[in-house]
Amino acid sequence: MKAVEVNHLYKSYADVTAVHDLTFCVDPGEILGLIGPNGAGKSSTIKIILDFMKPDSGEVRIFGQQMNEALKDQIGYLPEERGLYKRLTAIDLILYLASLKGMDKATAEKRANVLLEQTGMLESKKKKNKEMSKGMGQLIQFIVTVIHDPELIILDEPFAGLDPVRTQTVQNIIGNLRDEGKAIILSTHQMNKVEELCDRVLMIDKGHTILYGDLIETRAKFRRNSVQVAIDGELGDLRGVIDRKPGKGSIELVLAPDTTPQTILDQLRDRGTPINRFEVTTPSLNEIFLNLVGADHE
Amino acid sequence: MNKAYLIFKHEFLQAVKKVGFIVLTFIVPVLALLAIGFYELVTTLIEPSTSEITTVGYVDQVGIFRDQTDQGLVKLIPFASREEATRALVSKDVSEYIVIPSDYTSSGTIQRYTLAKELITPQVTSYLIKSFLTWNLLKDDVAPETITSIVSPLNMEVTRLDENGDIAQEQGNIGNIIIPATFSLLLSFALMLGTQSLISGLGEEKESRLMEVLLSSVSIRQLLIAKVLALGAAGLLQVIVWLISAPLLLNLASSSFGGFLSDIQLPPNFLVLGVLYFILGYLLFAVLSVTFGGISSSTSDAQTLSMFYVMMLFVPLWFFGVLINFPNSPIWVVLSIFPITAPIQMMLRLGVSDIPAWQIVTSIGVLGLSIFVGLSFSVKIFRAFMLMYGKRPSLAGIMRSLKAT
Repeated sequence: MKAVEVNHLYKSYADVTAVHDLTFCVDPGEILGLIGPNGAGKSSTIKIILDFMKPDSGEVRIFGQQMNEALKDQIGYLPEERGLYKRLTAIDLILYLASLKGMDKATAEKRANVLLEQTGMLESKKKKNKEMSKGMGQLIQFIVTVIHDPELIILDEPFAGLDPVRTQTVQNIIGNLRDEGKAIILSTHQMNKVEELCDRVLMIDKGHTILYGDLIETRAKFRRNSVQVAIDGELGDLRGVIDRKPGKGSIELVLAPDTTPQTILDQLRDRGTPINRFEVTTPSLNEIFLNLVGADHE
Repeated sequence: MNKAYLIFKHEFLQAVKKVGFIVLTFIVPVLALLAIGFYELVTTLIEPSTSEITTVGYVDQVGIFRDQTDQGLVKLIPFASREEATRALVSKDVSEYIVIPSDYTSSGTIQRYTLAKELITPQVTSYLIKSFLTWNLLKDDVAPETITSIVSPLNMEVTRLDENGDIAQEQGNIGNIIIPATFSLLLSFALMLGTQSLISGLGEEKESRLMEVLLSSVSIRQLLIAKVLALGAAGLLQVIVWLISAPLLLNLASSSFGGFLSDIQLPPNFLVLGVLYFILGYLLFAVLSVTFGGISSSTSDAQTLSMFYVMMLFVPLWFFGVLINFPNSPIWVVLSIFPITAPIQMMLRLGVSDIPAWQIVTSIGVLGLSIFVGLSFSVKIFRAFMLMYGKRPSLAGIMRSLKAT
């Protein structure tokens, strides 16, 4: 059963189209990267999934059902901009919000301690939220999102404001949750995180789907006919190369349409040139994003 | 466990732990008692003691004012002329002097001269001078006992009868209004603080997006009902503390200070109706606060909007003096039925006069209906505008959201 199924979703505010005919799904054990420029309709999509707002038309099903109160206990949500009850301690906040997800106090406390330990926050659990740094607060919110072991996790910019160490910690936990079979929607502007974590990607702009599919297949689809090469010395003339783009420590060779990367590799090997790096050029998600969305926004 | 109950518990504990609530609930009644005690003390101190006798000079241009110059706290000393009296005043031989002009018996006017800067003549001085003048005017024609009756203040004993002509069980006096008036004042402050507390809490949740986290766990209806009831329960706790402490404190006060405190009594029905209005008032203001909190783009916006209904809360208190003098005006009926003013207006009226049953039923009915309908509206408004950050909704937008199913 699909964790999330979104079918032909439409939503407008006055004369602005927020979501236009959006269709996608998320499977258990999968991370879907939801990407797009500011105002693309990502937040509206998330809020419709969570039933905070109603779509003009279209349908959302969570584990085969329309959103209901019981389903809410299976969902963990981390909003983009985050804050905490300032006067509460970290542990009190975690336990209160865990109780709203149907957890009993003893279980919640046990799981909270595990997550606090994993995130390096155990010693700060009795600190009041107003005494915490932004990064510490972010971790507490992340713990709140996953403490009840939800089957569907929706994360809106989970790495914003985190230092590299904490970013890696959160990234590891997200990866583990996917491995445990949780369905995760990850909305972020950090394309490298989408590349590192996501299985599928949904790119939207002005409410329209620009790109949707398996991440590896998507990158392959946008692969250019070129190779990245780094050797000691001069490359010299190579058959089938129509352009050369020097880069940092390597050079990109743009190939003629009838030339394959294997042809270039064979030529270099025949010459006996020591090869330090040879790689078929695959565009980064950021490049694909800029290619698809950037031109329009310029 | 029911999620609405969990939110209710959290909100209730947060509300009662706030400094403003603790001060108002536990410290204000004690402070009020101390203030009454202080008032009594100051009154006692500023009242002239029996040994402090004021000497008042007088110039009698009529020629009949010779007797009864000893008026207790005022001793009158005759002077032959104004100049002589003025010299005595300047040299502080007398505190003040009066001139009784030759046409006094027809004009009724005398002149008073003093070195003190004062807004009005002290009542005691005025009364004793009047007594001195009356005695001398009537002494030759009227018996002394009659003159004593004339100059003494009216002592009127009022007895209220019921519809059968029997002595009514509830007599009604100024002591009846003390508790309702005190409770009204405290309720006004409690509602003002409660409103601010609820609005700032909602603002914190909205601005920090905690609202979204909460709504990913519970429904808007559960959230709002729990918040409204939590504030209502905080109000109930407050009124219970006051009702328990009030008789103890008043007994203590009346035995310590005496005076009007010993006349204080609880009007009939106040225990039931006063508590009911107190709670309904809390619930209504909680509903208004969550509605305005939902519409507003920021906490400060919501607090500004809340001033409109918080100000209306004080209307019955502004007209309290008029209510005492004209308790049967139709304006009080209107204010008793209009839901925002009803809790305070009804509490005040309970201490002043009898209220027809239909007015009580209508008032409670309208209040209850306003709370119920208001809560339904607030859920719709909240759903439409809770995710609008930094934007103020238009009136048309609000109307659209109310029409939406």
